Amino acid sequence: MTDTPVERPARPIAAPEKQPSALMMWLGIADNSFTRQKTVKFGDATAVNSGRLYSIITVLALLLLWWVTTSNGWVKPIYWPSFEAVGARWTKLMDQGFRNVPLFEHVGISVYRVLAGVFFGALIGIPLGFAMGLSSVVKGLFDPIVEFMRPIPPLALIPLFILWLGIDETAKISLLFLAALFIMIIAARSGVSGVKISKVHAAYSLGASKFQVLKNVILPNALPEIFTGIRTAMGVCWGTVVAAELVAAEKGVGSMIMIAKNFLQTDTVVIGIIIIGIIGYGIEMLMRLLERWLIPWRGKG
Amino acid sequence: MDGADHNGLLVDDVSMVFTLPGGGSVHALSNVSLSLGSGELLSVLGPSGCGKTTLLNIVAGFLAPTQGAVFLNGQQVKGPASERGMVFQQGALFEWLDVRRNISFGPRMMGKPRKQWKEKVDHLLEIVGLVDFGDKPVYQLSGGMQQRVALARCLANDPDVILMDEPLGALDALTREKMQGLVLKLWKETGKTIVLITHSVEEALFLGERLIVMAPRPGRIHREYRLPFAERGLTESPREIKASPDFIEKREEILSMIWEMEEEIMGGAAT
Repeated sequence: MTDTPVERPARPIAAPEKQPSALMMWLGIADNSFTRQKTVKFGDATAVNSGRLYSIITVLALLLLWWVTTSNGWVKPIYWPSFEAVGARWTKLMDQGFRNVPLFEHVGISVYRVLAGVFFGALIGIPLGFAMGLSSVVKGLFDPIVEFMRPIPPLALIPLFILWLGIDETAKISLLFLAALFIMIIAARSGVSGVKISKVHAAYSLGASKFQVLKNVILPNALPEIFTGIRTAMGVCWGTVVAAELVAAEKGVGSMIMIAKNFLQTDTVVIGIIIIGIIGYGIEMLMRLLERWLIPWRGKG
Repeated sequence: MDGADHNGLLVDDVSMVFTLPGGGSVHALSNVSLSLGSGELLSVLGPSGCGKTTLLNIVAGFLAPTQGAVFLNGQQVKGPASERGMVFQQGALFEWLDVRRNISFGPRMMGKPRKQWKEKVDHLLEIVGLVDFGDKPVYQLSGGMQQRVALARCLANDPDVILMDEPLGALDALTREKMQGLVLKLWKETGKTIVLITHSVEEALFLGERLIVMAPRPGRIHREYRLPFAERGLTESPREIKASPDFIEKREEILSMIWEMEEEIMGGAAT
């Protein structure tokens, strides 16, 4: 056999059968044409679509369940309020606030506590984590503390903080600071240890000093880990602040639902829970957005 | 030999013993001596475990030898420095910087004013064919382009010696050939002293003016060659050289030499 050049004119091929409509694909009830041509779908994570229609069904079903059970009086208002009650309470809360404090102030102070806690946690935690990743002495000094504190849920520290610092603002922000601190130390430390030695070698060979290697290689290399740390700390602190406010606080979403419970205001409790959920979700989304904007090289090393 | 009055790169009776954490030790290099004149291109070949990367790390200054010393232009090597540039296999670029900032990293770290390196960086971008990619983040480039950035980044510092550790090892065959041409061109244009470590016999023959083949256990210089191909590569086409009878003959000779060493390591288990 001899090698002969193969030349066939490209023939047009028929497009795959009729495309499903954009709406069907958005709803997740039809796969895109690429997925539809895959024969192996089970086990292929990219073959799983949004299933948005079913999400919509879930939400509608829950709302329907809420409406049916409360409007027929199957559930007592003290256990779960009706739509109307929640609506009316919402208007009232927006209008008069809760216990003479505007609703926005309750939410605002909780958010402020979280931001302050994460800020100070990062301020101390990042340099400390860096030092632990770079120096045997610092690592040895702080390792027992970090490893001991790591598994302790911040909530378990609330009683101590109340004993030490009372129930004022300092106590809450200190608690959140501590919750964020260990997360940030661990994130920064693993960011430092994750640096590829060839990058460090390259920098030294290009004439960089130790400080320049720290600033221009180790720090940017650790940024993705640090950012993940901040995101985790935000989430943990948001959960912690609500719990801390449940225990002792005058203001804040957590205290609002706790006090409302004492007055059997289930509708206020439900509104508070919804607000907590939405803000927690909002924080997460915001952090993801920031991450994509600030560290686009993440995972591309 | 006295290292102090030698011009070029001198590896003077270098031995390296690693002590293992569990006791015992590995004799990675044994009495390696090597003298490289200014502007020479040396390829280093050898089966895995022959200590060629250890040797390069010692020359780069990342490791201190157990015995012996390395001198560059009479100065003993004590640590990494900008007169010995490195090109790594891959993943040593700074992915948070764009192409231009990667290339200008060295001059910027050394505190040189922008005026001094701006033109040089532009020129290097041109030489490595990345003029249109200066503002792109490096992670958007292909493997071959990334290695071109690594070469340019190294050259921007104007080092006396360029140490290359498998710089083309991760590239596909076609890109690799193209890059070999670029390395040759850069060597000719800049007149740099280059030490190139590679697994590819063909690459070692094609690029090296001189070639050392190392043997393992302990790592040592097994044979040394002087080769005509790099010089010819400046005028003849790469394919022509690689297909020429004397190239093929050398290639087979060295391949079977390395193959023998590999079999010795395996204790004939492969048969």
